Amino acid sequence: MAEVTLVKAVNLALARAMEEDPDVLVLGQDVGVNGGVFRATEGLLERFGERRVRDTPLAELLICGASVGMAAQGLKPVCEIQFAGFIYPALDQLANHASRLRTRTRGRMTCPLVLRTPAGGGIHAPEHHSESIEAFLAHVPGLKCVTPSTPERAYGLLLSAIRDPDPVVFLEPTRLYRLAKGPVEDDGRGLPLGRAFVEREGADVTLVSWGGAMWESRAAADRLEGEGAGVELIDAASITPFDEDTVLGSVRRTGRLVVVHEAPYTGGFGAEVAARVAERALDRLLAPVERVTGFDTVMPLPKLERDYLPGVERIAAALRRALASD
Amino acid sequence: MPNVPTDPAPDLPVVARFEIRRRRYLDENGALMRPLPDSLAAPESITPLYRAMVLARTLDAKCVALNRQSRLGTYATAYGQEAVPIGVASAMRAGDVLVPSYRENAALIWRGVGIDEVLSYYAGSERGSDWAGPAHDFPTSITVGGHALHAAGAAYALQYRGEARAVACVFGDAATSKGDVYEAFNLAGVWRLPVVFVITNNRWAISTPLAKQTASETLAQKGLAAGIAVEQADGNDVVAVHEAVRIGLDRGRSGGGATLVEALTYRLADHNTADDARRYRDPAEVRAHEHAEPVGRVRRWLESVQAWSDARQAELEAACSAEVEAGVEKLFGAEPEPPSVIFDHLYAEPSAELARQRDAGLRAIAAEREAKRRG
Repeated sequence: MAEVTLVKAVNLALARAMEEDPDVLVLGQDVGVNGGVFRATEGLLERFGERRVRDTPLAELLICGASVGMAAQGLKPVCEIQFAGFIYPALDQLANHASRLRTRTRGRMTCPLVLRTPAGGGIHAPEHHSESIEAFLAHVPGLKCVTPSTPERAYGLLLSAIRDPDPVVFLEPTRLYRLAKGPVEDDGRGLPLGRAFVEREGADVTLVSWGGAMWESRAAADRLEGEGAGVELIDAASITPFDEDTVLGSVRRTGRLVVVHEAPYTGGFGAEVAARVAERALDRLLAPVERVTGFDTVMPLPKLERDYLPGVERIAAALRRALASD
Repeated sequence: MPNVPTDPAPDLPVVARFEIRRRRYLDENGALMRPLPDSLAAPESITPLYRAMVLARTLDAKCVALNRQSRLGTYATAYGQEAVPIGVASAMRAGDVLVPSYRENAALIWRGVGIDEVLSYYAGSERGSDWAGPAHDFPTSITVGGHALHAAGAAYALQYRGEARAVACVFGDAATSKGDVYEAFNLAGVWRLPVVFVITNNRWAISTPLAKQTASETLAQKGLAAGIAVEQADGNDVVAVHEAVRIGLDRGRSGGGATLVEALTYRLADHNTADDARRYRDPAEVRAHEHAEPVGRVRRWLESVQAWSDARQAELEAACSAEVEAGVEKLFGAEPEPPSVIFDHLYAEPSAELARQRDAGLRAIAAEREAKRRG
């Protein structure tokens, strides 16, 4: 099986989806001739033509709003916002229209669009290029929000997102685009949305993360295993719908939970995970829930962005604290 | 007069010139200003438009009355602007796509949406938006301007499939202050989309007069920068609106790209039933615009060609009242919906969490209702 990068897996999934469904099209800034600034759409223009691979004017609201109109008329637009930090104008269309068209028309019209965007920090990019925005999206009923952390999941989840009859925001961890490599079978098989991946099993502590932060979470889990602790590492992958059952099942066994994400602490999706555990598994907790997150600050510029992102030391320390309580 | 300063260096070459034309057929008195277009040359082709405008006015009056009785929620009438929705809808084909704002109820009704279905939204439920009318028409847009982008996207879907169909999208003058609308014009120009944007320029956005909305001489010219065809129409002349939109839709269907029509009208009513325009608008200004309203001029023209009479008018008014009453009766006669509809249309398949909230929520709602019933 071919080893590919995460961004290549995205590319393979896009091509596969366009191959199998003539209603699927790709649109966004620089997605055509340039193949996307990260090359996620490379080769698609040559293969599928301008009708299905559309360069748009530079306007995020336009990209998302026009996609809503296309989706309402039965197309399956996969639009790209160049960086997650540029998504805010498009949030109007996501929250006011894409997410509620089905409700608003009692199912007469639906909005099967996918909005892809590179998210998260760690690539030494300018301001507004490194944000983690999943908590904004999690608070919009009617949307789904998915973020892969391996090439295999990127491929399978993106295919499922495109086939999904409702709007899905697909956050691609920019830092892992070329860092994460793995085997991908280009067989058109989707992975279910709304399901977490138990990446490794362990009896002592549950470590939940998603997106780019999975990278450091894996390293921290390795380190703790070297210290003799069993870490159950879960890639949430779907922010909404969130696979609560997998996380609660794990926490009920381990009695300990550490949640890791790059986004700011207050109101981060980690708070939701912690709250669910408090509501539904408090009696099984042996230690306070630990959250390792970005700070409640503006995302620093490249010189200090590594200091902002939850690093292996910080995660390992939280795991040790959780393990020390009983 | 242009309010743009003249160029201080007249020796510089002119690289582009633009002009805006205004389309008019029937003047305020119902006199013909130019020959009627072929599609509306016979009085029999205009009477359906006249009937639809009278129906719209009858419905609006009824809705205001229902609102005053607390039987209907906030409602925005099209009083004095009826020529816009009817001009637009009558120019469209069944397969064309309507993307309306909240003053186009009459256009939806023209296209086959039931009065009860249109009013259900204002009575507090989306159920009427799953209407028996055209399945491809968009629900009424409440946000101002965002739907212009939906129209552009919808137009691309038609172009994508190579269909000879077009989109008509209607919004008010204030929407042209929004980036969404410029972005939609821009995309429609670059992609030569089969879409007609219609600005209902009724001169007022709640309390904000047009002069505080823009320094532009016309709103039509806002489309020029996007490279789309633009024209102004007398928005109180249903023939002018119809013809301008018909030409635009034909242009779109035949691959000629997008059109912007600025329909000049005047909001004779309050913004909506929650508004009191006396707080900010001189009643003398309203009175000065009353004579130019769109319905009377059509009647005057029909009478001038012996195609109308007091008897036919009385018959029409009775028929419109009966149609409105029947729609209202159907609306209020509908079975109340269970609260489960809150949950049931969010996704094709509810998530486990949503299903849990639905079960627990419906039990909690039932208990609340029961407690309230017992007082």
